[in-house]
Amino acid sequence: MATHAVEVVYRGIFQRTLARNIVRQIVFAARKDGKIGTAFGRYSDSPERNGIPAKQFAVVCDTALELEESLAVYEATNVDVTINVDDAMCKGIESWAWYGLQPINELTKPDGTLIVTSRQDADSLLEDIHQKDTAYNLAVIPSTVSFSGLWVYKDDHTDMRVLGTLCKVCPELVSVEAMLESINEQTGNATKVSSVQKAFDRSTTRLVEPGEGNSETPFSFDMPGWKTMEEGLVIRAVPEGGGFRGGEDGYQPGRSEVFKKWSVRSMRPVINFETCIKCTLCWLQCPDTCFDITPDGLYDANMESCCGCGVCEAVCPVPDCVTMVSESEFNDNNSQWEAWTADKDAYNTWSTVLVEKQKTETRTHGFHHVGGYDEEIQAEEI
Amino acid sequence: MATVQTQLYQQPKEELISGSEAIGIACALADVDVITAYPIRPYDTVMQYVSRLKADGAFDFDYIIAESEHSQFEIVKHASAVGARTFTGSSGVGWFYAFEAITVTAGLRLPVVAMVGNRALDDPGAFGVEHNDAMAVRDLGWHLYWVSTAQEALDMALIAWKVAEDPRVLLPFALSCDGSFLTHSQAIVQVPSQDQVNSFLPAYQRGTLQLHPDNPITVAPQVNEDWLMEIRKQTDEAMRRTPAVIKEVYEEFKREFGRGDPSPFIEEYMCEDAEIILVGMGTLAMPTRVAVRRMREAGKKVGFLRVKFFRPFATEEIQQALKGAKGVAVIDRDYSYGSPSYGGVLFQELRSAMYPMEERPVMLNFIAGLGGREVMVRDIDEMVETTQKALDTGKIDQETTWVAVRE
Repeated sequence: MATHAVEVVYRGIFQRTLARNIVRQIVFAARKDGKIGTAFGRYSDSPERNGIPAKQFAVVCDTALELEESLAVYEATNVDVTINVDDAMCKGIESWAWYGLQPINELTKPDGTLIVTSRQDADSLLEDIHQKDTAYNLAVIPSTVSFSGLWVYKDDHTDMRVLGTLCKVCPELVSVEAMLESINEQTGNATKVSSVQKAFDRSTTRLVEPGEGNSETPFSFDMPGWKTMEEGLVIRAVPEGGGFRGGEDGYQPGRSEVFKKWSVRSMRPVINFETCIKCTLCWLQCPDTCFDITPDGLYDANMESCCGCGVCEAVCPVPDCVTMVSESEFNDNNSQWEAWTADKDAYNTWSTVLVEKQKTETRTHGFHHVGGYDEEIQAEEI
Repeated sequence: MATVQTQLYQQPKEELISGSEAIGIACALADVDVITAYPIRPYDTVMQYVSRLKADGAFDFDYIIAESEHSQFEIVKHASAVGARTFTGSSGVGWFYAFEAITVTAGLRLPVVAMVGNRALDDPGAFGVEHNDAMAVRDLGWHLYWVSTAQEALDMALIAWKVAEDPRVLLPFALSCDGSFLTHSQAIVQVPSQDQVNSFLPAYQRGTLQLHPDNPITVAPQVNEDWLMEIRKQTDEAMRRTPAVIKEVYEEFKREFGRGDPSPFIEEYMCEDAEIILVGMGTLAMPTRVAVRRMREAGKKVGFLRVKFFRPFATEEIQQALKGAKGVAVIDRDYSYGSPSYGGVLFQELRSAMYPMEERPVMLNFIAGLGGREVMVRDIDEMVETTQKALDTGKIDQETTWVAVRE
């Protein structure tokens, strides 16, 4: 008698098919071991929006009777393995499903495993991953984060590598033999089978001690009860905005005190204040009014409001003024404008390095980003 | 209608699918002629699945995307009148928007099968399950069935056409499926072969009632007070005939497919010798059965009665199932504002059904899981504790309790 659960934390739309493949394959493979299971997405995460963190689950049991407790729920209470397919979410998960920030390892059982696909190493990831009272294991699958879209799927074997690693770290969930047989049956693709085997052979884990990791307290929110909520489904408007961060010059829009964006982004804009021509387009077009107007008339992207959609980069007429950079590069939400004002040379050096690095990253959301379509455009012109 | 039946399931096959996908497969196996759709969550999951079957060439049917739910239900009503096997569905306020068409479908004795993906009624806009949407047809002459698993969704869909289209019945059939837990969770489902379904489910024959140039008739006239009571009484008689047909069809289903409960109307779980019986519908069965098993292990005599058919309501079977209990805890995933005891709809029906009994159990009502809130095992434990307290003290503090609501 045993129940094992796995969660896949993924970016809405961009990684939906990837997550679905993983949880379904787990249930198929467990069938080969004579077990029974269910696969489901967290209902409140949908309808999914681009890049918003979401979850899917697989629960596997020895008997149908045991499985019953895991049916008719949105989320498993704890999991043997947490699979995070975008390392930027090691900072925590803010989904549509709840208010506040859930640490990536919150549901991971004591002695369970967190699997992350990343180009970073375990120590670097642990700067972001919140502390836990109990020990667990961390397995990093060295790979570029796999993003695609609603209508297309990047079949880069990330799902296969995750499944191979999973069989190694949690053999009691599903045996590698069953997984190989099931993948062969479901896909009929020998290279996929081989990807599972390779990931299984190469997988290593690092023990994370209690208290190791990011010591910040995750943002949380108390929801009011029926006696304290205003009647009539009324939501009060946020107060009007005013000058820039307490000053009289510039302008900062009024924003919700409680609804902030912490990890919903997978990328964030980096601004080159030297080349900004103050055209206002980023400020006008940002769907989340995240740009604060500084006293000197520049635009500072406020990271408590930015959802990382990339519209600012797309509308900016200056080639190198706004660049979307992987969120995993950042450990805080500090103001870029304040950093630039304090030390322009240091800021410009820092931002140049980041922007150059981004050119070699393949992280893309499918929307236009600087240089993203150059090859296609050139091909068409010829 | 001319259809090319692709043999989607030449052999029985195990699938990992949601309840909605199971109903989509049932549509293909039943060779449904006309499906109408208008998108609303969570019903749209069936739309997506049958669209895919059609696009893949696996299932040939007339697929009409209407401009609203009202038209959606009007179209299947008319298609059913000309002899087409039909399927449609909706959720929440979408279902309510179709209500004029929904009422006339039963009045015209048209055996449309519809799936209601249970969803909270607006406002506030919410996606989660609540049973008030489907409940609204309880007085209109529709069959109303609450499904609890994806397997049951497939099985009951096949049974639904056979019962609804039976010449002794000819009444529409609503399959209620809890949003999310049934519509969006994938479970292992045994799909029967096309041959098995063919031998179970005959073609829909409307006979002399079929609207057809070779059978010139008109339907849906305007009437005055001289006519209406007789017409209502006919529908009433059809509803009174359907329990026997349901039993007959259910037995045939069990023989053909080798699965099913003892009764098509209710599921009794550890009810025999139970002192306290919990009653609920749909996927509430999952946490409740788990809680009951644990309490039984701890020596507490508790049982669970799942009401499957809400219409027709199996009064006698339910009376028999509950009569031995000292306390009955009714869990409603719905609510009726201002009703007797400010309670839920299932509670009102059960209390009414138990009234003629000589020895009536203490009956308490628990409002739980509205808008899709998870009902946890600990919530069920609390319901049993509250009921036990009422039995011990011989005093009912409050008949209706809202469970897990933030104050």
